[in-house]
Amino acid sequence: MLRRFLASDLFFDFVRSPVALVSFVVVALMILSAIFANFLAPTNPFDPASLNLMNGFTAPMEPNTFTGEVFFLGTDDQGRDLFSAILFGLRVSLFVGMMAVGLAMVLGVTLGLIAGYVGGWLDNFIMRFADIQMTFPSILIAMLIFGVAKGLLPASLRDEMAIAVLIVSIGLSEWVQFARTVRGSTLVEKEKEYVAAARLIGLNQWQIMARHILPNVLSPVLVIATITLALAIIAEATLSFLGVGAPRTEPSLGTLIRIGQDFLFSGEWWILLFPALTLLALALSVNLFGDWLRDTLNPRLK
Amino acid sequence: MPEPLLELKNISVKFHLRRGQLTAVDDLSLTVNRGEILGLVGESGAGKSITGLAIMGLLDHPGRLESGEVWLSGERIDQQPERVRGSAISMIFQDPLTSLNPLRTIGDQLVETILRHSSLTVAQAKERARESLHDVGIDPDRFDAYPHAFSGGMRQRVVIALALSTDPKLIIADEPTTALDVSVQAQILELLKTLCARRNAAVILITHDMGVIAETTDRVAVMYAGRLVEIGQTNEVLLAAEHPYTRGLMASTPVIDVAARDKPLHQIPGAMPKLDALPTGCAFHPRCEFAEHRCHLESPPQFNNRVACWRAEGEAL
Repeated sequence: MLRRFLASDLFFDFVRSPVALVSFVVVALMILSAIFANFLAPTNPFDPASLNLMNGFTAPMEPNTFTGEVFFLGTDDQGRDLFSAILFGLRVSLFVGMMAVGLAMVLGVTLGLIAGYVGGWLDNFIMRFADIQMTFPSILIAMLIFGVAKGLLPASLRDEMAIAVLIVSIGLSEWVQFARTVRGSTLVEKEKEYVAAARLIGLNQWQIMARHILPNVLSPVLVIATITLALAIIAEATLSFLGVGAPRTEPSLGTLIRIGQDFLFSGEWWILLFPALTLLALALSVNLFGDWLRDTLNPRLK
Repeated sequence: MPEPLLELKNISVKFHLRRGQLTAVDDLSLTVNRGEILGLVGESGAGKSITGLAIMGLLDHPGRLESGEVWLSGERIDQQPERVRGSAISMIFQDPLTSLNPLRTIGDQLVETILRHSSLTVAQAKERARESLHDVGIDPDRFDAYPHAFSGGMRQRVVIALALSTDPKLIIADEPTTALDVSVQAQILELLKTLCARRNAAVILITHDMGVIAETTDRVAVMYAGRLVEIGQTNEVLLAAEHPYTRGLMASTPVIDVAARDKPLHQIPGAMPKLDALPTGCAFHPRCEFAEHRCHLESPPQFNNRVACWRAEGEAL
């Protein structure tokens, strides 16, 4: 399996594309540091007992005036180590992004497959619904779903469920692209004779969809998933920046940027800059990697 | 005495469109005998493939088997085609490039088909799949190869193995060699012929190639605009075609003759009528050099169990 992958065209193109290599390394490093944030972070930014308010507003790499402690990327107003906060924020951002893409993918692929294969009024219903959703900016949809869900949840659960609600609202706002692509490929695949042959041997339509058509429409889905991941991470950051996303107890990169924004004009630039740079590097790398994947897997561009 | 296997009794296939109905197959009756190869010829759009799909019960909306009956070995099958589809009747499609799933190995596809229609265990089904690959001249060691690793002719062999793997009594081959080059065509047809003869399976060979008909079939049925215009023993029909359309088809077949190179090929003037604008009477009359007044008015019935043309009326064979 590994040998086959190493001998594949994909791997050949990969090691010869500097953009792909760099973006992959950046993404991989960020994912790893998000997973191992517990071990990498010098302090636990969410443990109030370990915080020292005297450390507040320490500039990067400079000893604090009162305590003399040095922080790699400085601290915020609460004396929280920014480097640790970014690692944990990355974890929230990536987790929300990936889960939201997973949800959007499952939903979009299923609906697109059904719309394309079954056709008729069901196709019309699903795709018109998708078209209508396309006319609204997805961040607006996410905010709407987020708001409705928060209103419906009992007040005591709001903070605990915030992350789950965030995932659902971003997932529901991004499924359309998957559905459209899968529907398109399904329309092409279902005309091929192997599908007629599968009907011939007596498979029912669900078996044909799952076992014959689905594997043949998945490769564009992989590309869209990568590009949507960047969008989902940005959507999560935007929601958190606007104050409706991740709660203060579990800050994501967007939450950190919002906190930093308050101090930008008073001279504490690092509180905003480092989380923002991290978000930029993450979204850019995921996007570049997705673009490269799309170009490489598209036979027409070769 | 030939024993009838498949009987089509007055089948009509209609397409229900918003702007009205189109009759793709009109009142077609024919019989396929056990073990014989019946050729089904006609121009594009004559209703050949639709007839094949109608037998299998694979017509897609908006097409429908409107009336008539399909009988297989004395059993009516048009109401529940699923029972025989893929087992007693199987099908070979035109394009071997798309008739195999590109993401699954050929062995996997064979085993899936065999398991669907038998009570064999997976190991037995694998054994049977390897045998059927061997039968069609493919090394059974290529069991785990993917379709892209095969050439067009090899893939069509795999498709034949698939079609034969369930021991069908009837195979509908819809232009099985159109996508292949001539030398491979001959191999594939020969293979189909021998394998079917060995298993006593009948074949409906849909084609528009008169050469293929002459080489392969026992009997031939000629279709025009959804109607059966002539049917009979292949040598009789080819040597002494009764219907002007059959004669036209024969005359239009190119002959390899260097001396005749400068002579233009024969053509049947005009084109097949559109199904929404069928002429009155005999559908062929606008293109027929023998058309009489009566041909404009009434559609001819089948005379002498052979030909649907007014000129054959009262004529004994």
